[in-house]
Amino acid sequence: MASIDPDSTWTLHPQVSVRPEPFGALLYHFGTRRLSFLKDRTLLDVVERLADAPSARAACIDAGVAETHLPTYLRALGTLAESRMIAPRDAGERAA
Amino acid sequence: MTLTDAPVQAAPPPAPKRLVDHFELGLDAPICLTWELTYACNLSCVHCLSSSGRRDPRELSTEECKAVIDELERMQVFYVNIGGGEPTVRSDFWELVDYATAHHVGVKFSTNGVKITPEVAERLAANDYVDVQVSLDGATPDVNDHVRGPGSYDTAVRAMRNLRDAGMRNFKLSVVCTRQNISQLDDFKAIADEYGAQLRLTRLRPSGRGADVWDELHPTADQQRELYDWLVAHGEDVLTGDSFFHLSAYGQALPGLNLCGAGRVVCLIDPIGDVYACPFAIHDEFLAGNVREVGGFQQVWRESELFGRLRSPQSGGACSSCQFYDTCKGGCMAAKFFTGLPLDGPDPECVQGYGEQALEQRAAAADLPKHSGDHSHRTSPPRPRTGPNGMGPVRLTLSRREDLQAPPVSACAESPLAGFAATLAQAQGNDFDTKQSGADRRHEGGAPPRLA
Repeated sequence: MASIDPDSTWTLHPQVSVRPEPFGALLYHFGTRRLSFLKDRTLLDVVERLADAPSARAACIDAGVAETHLPTYLRALGTLAESRMIAPRDAGERAA
Repeated sequence: MTLTDAPVQAAPPPAPKRLVDHFELGLDAPICLTWELTYACNLSCVHCLSSSGRRDPRELSTEECKAVIDELERMQVFYVNIGGGEPTVRSDFWELVDYATAHHVGVKFSTNGVKITPEVAERLAANDYVDVQVSLDGATPDVNDHVRGPGSYDTAVRAMRNLRDAGMRNFKLSVVCTRQNISQLDDFKAIADEYGAQLRLTRLRPSGRGADVWDELHPTADQQRELYDWLVAHGEDVLTGDSFFHLSAYGQALPGLNLCGAGRVVCLIDPIGDVYACPFAIHDEFLAGNVREVGGFQQVWRESELFGRLRSPQSGGACSSCQFYDTCKGGCMAAKFFTGLPLDGPDPECVQGYGEQALEQRAAAADLPKHSGDHSHRTSPPRPRTGPNGMGPVRLTLSRREDLQAPPVSACAESPLAGFAATLAQAQGNDFDTKQSGADRRHEGGAPPRLA
């Protein structure tokens, strides 16, 4: 799975519902009817910051991700992008 | 069970635990839950998990259903699997679907297709938050109708055609795997492809009327292997919920959720609001509470003593020494319960053969636990009216009763004052003549007739 570009901008897909859980969060996409999960709270924090952050990297840093762990989180976001849980921000409305 | 059919995908940040380990401990709210809206059904499938047929007079009202939906929205339950019975025969069904989707609770409903007209299909195709699951238990009419009843194959196919023509994509074609249809798996896949549907395979459980036909219909050991191999080859495209985790003891774990979700990530709300651990376990033993109680569904989900027990670490019992226990977890609780096996022992369809041994050693079949509340049609399956096994015409012999010389008539047909006249007659001390025929007395306006 590919990492996303740290300088790209993203948002949660409008058809995705997020439910925080003690271990992280569950995500459900009403368009693809797929369930995903975030295995830690930090990733949830990152995802929630995406829409307002100037870049994916900034969202990670703001959520307290250490520089050394950045690649892990960018890969996780890559997986979410592949399953359309998150969408490129400028195309957010068009992504189905 | 109808668990999270949605394929689970892992986003891969640091992971101290597998997701199933979290699921075993239960979630604050179910991922999805099965909600049977009514016990009424136009069919009488021989394996019906809920013994449906007749509506229950205690079923939740429209307002009560909406209150449940409000609660599910607050708990962020992503979607409900609505079933029955045949849920679409409820007159408020579409109103409830619209209400749920407007309140961010997705709906997937199971139907035999009876109400899926072209107009309904158009409406469904236009709503992203609704998914449809059409039940078909044979890839040919003979196999299907044997289990689901005459004409049910055509009904399902008509519904699928309407959905396809309306542009509905990826609705589900739902199949209960039986001894009679395991050989048709490729055919089911072809039918699903033809209608742009996704195939969903589930396990036959000895639940409801399924208990009556389980011995006859549950797949043989060889067929279980055939099913497993087929799922390994096609599993990514086929939904199974948590139906077949007992098959993972063949070796490789199958796609889908490999754990029993009962009371942990799924549950059942039945038509009268009772909350059970799983749709296949309608029995007091698995009853956690009722949504009508104070605290509603949320309290039942979070506080029920039963669910607490299901979320605590389970003992493998007789299975704990088996090397496959970690993958199969002892199999399906409901399947064990309704076949009279201990819950901490092997599944009756254990692929290692321990289930068959256990079935041979179990107590007499007469002691098997019974499904709570049978709503079957009283003549279920309906008796054939014609044909070689039919009842044929009812034979009547018409004759005249010799003690009656005229057709019986009611007192007031003889005289509007019949009752008063009798009182009058008695007050006058008259003995009226009971030997007179009614026809003769009709003009007298006096005594009421004594009809034998």
